[in-house]
Amino acid sequence: MSTAVAERPAGTSTPRGESAFRRIVSGNGMVTLLAVLLSLIISAVLIVLTDEDVQESAGYLLARPADALGAAWEAVSGAYAALFRGSILNYRADTAADMVRPLTETLTVATPLIIVSLGVAIAFRAGLFNIGAQGQFIFGAMFATWFGVHLDLPLGVHLLLVMTMAVLGGVLWGGVVGMLKAWTGAHEVILTIMLNYVAVNLLAYLLNTPVLRRAGTTNPVSEFLPATAMFPKLLGDGFRLHAGFLVALLATAFAWWLMSRSTLGFRLRAVGANPDAARTAGMSVKGTYVAAMALSGGLAGLAGMAHVSGTEGSLNTSVAGSFGFDAITVALLGRSHPVGVLFAGLLFGALRAGGVTMQTETGVPIDIVLVVQSMIVLFIAAPPLVRAIFRLPAPGGARARGTADPVTQPAVAGAAVTGAAGQAVAPSAQTQDAAVSATAAAAGEQDGDPHREKGQAL
Amino acid sequence: MKLELRGITKRFGSFAANEDVHLTVESGRVHTLLGENGAGKSTLMNVLFGLYEPTEGEILLDGRSVRFSGPGEAMRAGIGMVHQHFMLVPVFTVAENVALGDEHTRAAGILDLEATRRRIREISDQYGFHVDPDAVVEDLPVGVQQRVEIIKALVRDARILILDEPTAVLTPQETDELLEIIRQLRADGTAVVFISHKLREVKAISDDITVLRRGRVVGTADPTADAAELAALMVGRDVVLHRAKAEPRLGEETFRVEHLTVVGPTGQVLVNDVSFGIRQGEVLAVAGVQGNGQTELTEAIMGLQPKATGSVRLDGEELLGRSTRRIIRTGVGYVPEDRSTDGLVGSFSVAENMVLNRFDTAPAGTAVQLRPRAIRELAERRVAEFDVRTQGVDLPVSSLSGGNQQKVVMARELVDGLRLFIASQPTRGVDVGSIEFLHDRIIAERDAGTPVLIVSTELDEVMELADRIAVMYHGRIVDIVPGDASRDRLGLLMAGQTAGDTDQEGPRA
Repeated sequence: MSTAVAERPAGTSTPRGESAFRRIVSGNGMVTLLAVLLSLIISAVLIVLTDEDVQESAGYLLARPADALGAAWEAVSGAYAALFRGSILNYRADTAADMVRPLTETLTVATPLIIVSLGVAIAFRAGLFNIGAQGQFIFGAMFATWFGVHLDLPLGVHLLLVMTMAVLGGVLWGGVVGMLKAWTGAHEVILTIMLNYVAVNLLAYLLNTPVLRRAGTTNPVSEFLPATAMFPKLLGDGFRLHAGFLVALLATAFAWWLMSRSTLGFRLRAVGANPDAARTAGMSVKGTYVAAMALSGGLAGLAGMAHVSGTEGSLNTSVAGSFGFDAITVALLGRSHPVGVLFAGLLFGALRAGGVTMQTETGVPIDIVLVVQSMIVLFIAAPPLVRAIFRLPAPGGARARGTADPVTQPAVAGAAVTGAAGQAVAPSAQTQDAAVSATAAAAGEQDGDPHREKGQAL
Repeated sequence: MKLELRGITKRFGSFAANEDVHLTVESGRVHTLLGENGAGKSTLMNVLFGLYEPTEGEILLDGRSVRFSGPGEAMRAGIGMVHQHFMLVPVFTVAENVALGDEHTRAAGILDLEATRRRIREISDQYGFHVDPDAVVEDLPVGVQQRVEIIKALVRDARILILDEPTAVLTPQETDELLEIIRQLRADGTAVVFISHKLREVKAISDDITVLRRGRVVGTADPTADAAELAALMVGRDVVLHRAKAEPRLGEETFRVEHLTVVGPTGQVLVNDVSFGIRQGEVLAVAGVQGNGQTELTEAIMGLQPKATGSVRLDGEELLGRSTRRIIRTGVGYVPEDRSTDGLVGSFSVAENMVLNRFDTAPAGTAVQLRPRAIRELAERRVAEFDVRTQGVDLPVSSLSGGNQQKVVMARELVDGLRLFIASQPTRGVDVGSIEFLHDRIIAERDAGTPVLIVSTELDEVMELADRIAVMYHGRIVDIVPGDASRDRLGLLMAGQTAGDTDQEGPRA
């Protein structure tokens, strides 16, 4: 309770356009890091609790506690070491190639994830919750497969065309959402969820028709893409890592430029943060929604293509896996910033790649990786929880650092009081707590000289 | 009952929000705390109300030292506070709101509102509040909601009532009614602490005035003191309250609105067949009680109202039907009424907000790409020119005080080469020192030969700036009168009464 109130100064001194949604999608970096750490710790507890050796030694815990502790340590360190060996560096391997293979696997798995997450992040920044990355991913994959299989073009040209078409597929599927939202006022969350179903079932349907189904089979799989439509391998045939990873890096650079340097990105951010002010400043809010969804979908489509043309080689009904949904998590973890998304995507790629090794070598189920991923999101969505656990100061202070001007200080404090007084009827101890927190938040602003001069250099 | 604050100091870290403040409030007197925004008035009251623990000093109630650890204790001791932002549940009735936190229940936990209703009627009759206990709060006008807040305090037997900027949200009429209520409370022996920075009200209602500046008591004043004297105490330097601005040098009538009608989303007529013109070098101020169509009028001119008909011509070009973007590019500066909703993107930096509507043209950027360095330089120049107090142009604009945020909006809109300047509530929530500055800039823009349209619900501001005053009532312009029209006459017009001696200057030409 107290934390919530203490946060209010920042919230109240901020224009109304800011929402809880925005705070969550662009949260604090420290909180993100600690959220990852916390989820690893909680997962460690789960590993310990479910480990057979630990359970056995727990039977005589009081007699020989060292056994139980040792077994617990074994279980956790064994599992996390396997996770590391499976995702970064296999230090037990015999050859250098085998040693670095896990890292290349991580990069391979991360490639489509990074690209699709960039798309989700862009939509987030424009204030749109794009749940439909899955469907847009599938559309990209379908377009890529059709144009890959049905055309016969020279190397390079074919790949570029397949990429373009996949982007187009995603743009269509995402843009439709933007247009429906802009012109009919429909909510993008509902639209994208429904369009996901359409995409999934359309894929299943088309894989059962000659449009996409492989000749001479009744299984719902497509022809293999010709080599001209595949990404070249980066490290030879011994590794799965392909040029799609470079595309992911380029996409990250593009997304960074788009969001922080382009005028379109400026519009996206303005509309996402405060659509009223954006409209008053002469921006087309509707046009921006369409652009954001089209861009988001385009990147998801490109990710679908990177998956098909990079690793799968053909299309099947489960080609999209859970990429489109993991992308939401990755975008949150990366705080909707392209560089953050890149690293978050790599982390998730590592968890997936390493999870397999962990399961095969130590018997810890790969599902624990899902637990880690989910806990991360949970903690990021509830920053006060993380702050309370690690006793971090509330964000009010940091946010209002620029307000050392005595003029604003009491205004901020006053805002806190407004919140606290709302619960004037609550037990006074609680209110006191709120006031103290508010004070702490206000005290956080004290770094600056209250009588500083204007235009001071940064 | 006598309340005494002795040597109250409240520090946040190294910053003293209040320093050695002495204040005595007595029964049957109205004690005004006068000070600019951020002078420490609210902090002091929050110390008194038990929301902050004072760093030093003590609070005495009837000579007894007291210490409140929360609003609950302060209320039980007989202190009531009406916050600037009301603490009411909109969907509850008046009685439910008043009972909230102090509910009486019958057997089986059934809420007993009858006692509360009775108390509300008693208080309402006693002070002439005209509040129906069964009315739903969200249906009530702001002024009545405020009375509900006062009733909440009185029901809990408050003998000391703190009113934090109570008139900020009220129309002139409602303000007069509130002042009358305060007089009755005083006559009844309640001690009233009245927090304000509006000099006219302060002079009208106060028995004692304590002026705060930068957290310290800089003086006490008599209500008979000259307004300019009070302003000087409050700001720390001489303030010219009513500058004799130069006579307007009128040019061509380049801006003309004809038969403008705006229909709202639910079909109600918000602006009804409005016509007026503004000449170059002239300020036309639109006066009126909030909600009489002024906001929609400016929005229609800016292309922000989809259902607007009629004609809006600037230099002969029709603006109606153009996009907001094109209207801005035509050379129209527009300061929206609510800076935090419509004027600024709070999470954007000062620099980004400074180019919010010109980010894709030189020098801020090209059609495709921004020029961050040019934006910074531009912003730093504008920040210096408008004396925006910020530690840097890269900080989020939400970290600035309201007055400085308003300066950012004004600095953005008052660019060179304007052909029309529109400002809605240009100084709402801005402290006295900044008001003076912003008014000067508006007059400077007028003197540069730009037609200026000001919308304000503050009569003082209207009279200060206007060369002519258009009064709006229920979507219509009731009359257009000269800038030196009397306050009484304007008041009548704002209430929708066309005086018998209607001005010859026909409003609907």
